Amino acid sequence: MEEYSKKVMDHFFNPRNVGVIEDADAIGEVGNPVCGDIMKMYLKIKDNVITEIKFQTFGCGAAVATSSMVTEMVKGKTLEQALEITNKNVAEALDGLPPIKMHCSNLAESAIKAAIDDYRKKNDHRK
Amino acid sequence: MNRIIYLDNAATTRLNPKVLDSMLPYLKESYGNPSSIHFLGRENKKAIDKAREQVAKSLNAQFNEIFFTGGGSESDNWAIKGVAFANESKGKHIITTNIEHHAVLHTCKYLEKYGFEITYLPVKSNGIIDIEDLKKAIREDTILISVMFANNEIGTIQPIKEIGEIAREKGIYFHTDAVQAIGHIPIDVKELNIDLLSLSAHKFNGPKGVGVLYIKSGVNILSMIHGGGQERGKRAGTENVAGIVGLGEAIEIATKDIEKKSKYLITLRDRTIKELINRIPDTILNGDPKKRLPGNINVCFKYIEGESILLMLDMKGLAASSGSACTSGSLKPSHVLLAIGLPHEIAHGSLRLTLSEETTDKDMEYLLEVLPPIVENLRKMSPLIKNK
Ligand SMILES: Cc1ncc(COP(=O)(O)O)c(C=O)c1O
Ligand code: FES
Repeated sequence: MEEYSKKVMDHFFNPRNVGVIEDADAIGEVGNPVCGDIMKMYLKIKDNVITEIKFQTFGCGAAVATSSMVTEMVKGKTLEQALEITNKNVAEALDGLPPIKMHCSNLAESAIKAAIDDYRKKNDHRK
Repeated sequence: MNRIIYLDNAATTRLNPKVLDSMLPYLKESYGNPSSIHFLGRENKKAIDKAREQVAKSLNAQFNEIFFTGGGSESDNWAIKGVAFANESKGKHIITTNIEHHAVLHTCKYLEKYGFEITYLPVKSNGIIDIEDLKKAIREDTILISVMFANNEIGTIQPIKEIGEIAREKGIYFHTDAVQAIGHIPIDVKELNIDLLSLSAHKFNGPKGVGVLYIKSGVNILSMIHGGGQERGKRAGTENVAGIVGLGEAIEIATKDIEKKSKYLITLRDRTIKELINRIPDTILNGDPKKRLPGNINVCFKYIEGESILLMLDMKGLAASSGSACTSGSLKPSHVLLAIGLPHEIAHGSLRLTLSEETTDKDMEYLLEVLPPIVENLRKMSPLIKNK
């Protein structure tokens, strides 16, 4: 099989921000329609900025590594900035993924989007 | 961490050094074409004949019933397509199972495009077919039954003798993919009423890319490859002499002390299974506890995914495999695990450990030491498990 990059392996073996935030302001859970994996993101948000983030993932090495990487990428960012991050950015930050594993990075992008959606639904101040 | 423990013997096995030695002359000084008249040719022809004799003896078949091929997949393709197209005037119905190797399943799918009807028998939750289902599936126009001897993922052994009897009674050809079984369980093609049997050298410590199709004399089958007259005109092409010699040597060695080998493996296997279930909560054994290959362990750990387990084991020097969707290339979970009724997310957490006679107690102890914390850590990361 094609090998994972060193960065993927690092994030897989030492995932950053694993776990649950009990009093999260937002939760995003997505399933991967391709292989059936699941990713869950917990966010603390203050003044429109992601101050804390944790994830849980049921999936392959690439899924774990992309979850871990995306949590590092969005931490400290505004919601707008976080929404701009694409699966491609995440894959690039990991020095690439084997082609068959590109779909795993979709999970990371959609989990963040789902969490922010959840937050906006709960806190719709514009009404 | 320099320890290497190879627990993927169902994928392929280590070449036996004795087998390698038997092959070397045919890769070096004895380079003649077996079809040539001169001494180098004759020497090579003799070497192939010896291997054919070794295979025939191991299966209790006749010398002229053994045909060398390019491996298990080719043998399966040949058996099924060759019998189907040679006998289509008699009927176009074939019976197989839904847990066959893709070499059989995809060949059957291909035949559907040519108007053949295929019945894919289901299996029970232990991975074994119900013989009554087979009886019910037989029709006037059934020309072939193809049921694997032992499954490559969950190791379950099918009731081959009973199937052979039914096939003979009804006058239907019976093919079995014995790629995983040869060298691990005794097989007598006459006693079991087998008409066609596929095997592959690299699954019993022989070289890769060489196999056999046993074709009982009198079976009506098309030629696999047209060309020169090799393999009695049925499978043309200058022979892979070194590979064939290696296959012959390997099958002789592998079938010699099956009893002793399997006794050792069964003890080791059952103890390991017991300990895995003891030490790791929410562990399920896949396949039949008894009717399984001596070296096959296949378990599911709930709430986690197989590729992650494999990567963690790899770090510890352990080579294993999984039926998880993420490891499959097609990103679908193993059709075998689904066929025994596992839901998608449980099939996801499967781990296959296939032992060989080189596997030691110590290896298993090491596995049992490193695996529980791996599962525990991955479960900590899993969204499917609450409050852990
Ligand atoms: C049951 C079974 N049939 C067929 C094959 C294919 O054999 P080969 O790799 O020699 O083509 C395999 C091996 O993967 C197998 O396990
Ligand atoms: S998440 Fe299943 S293949 Fe990556």
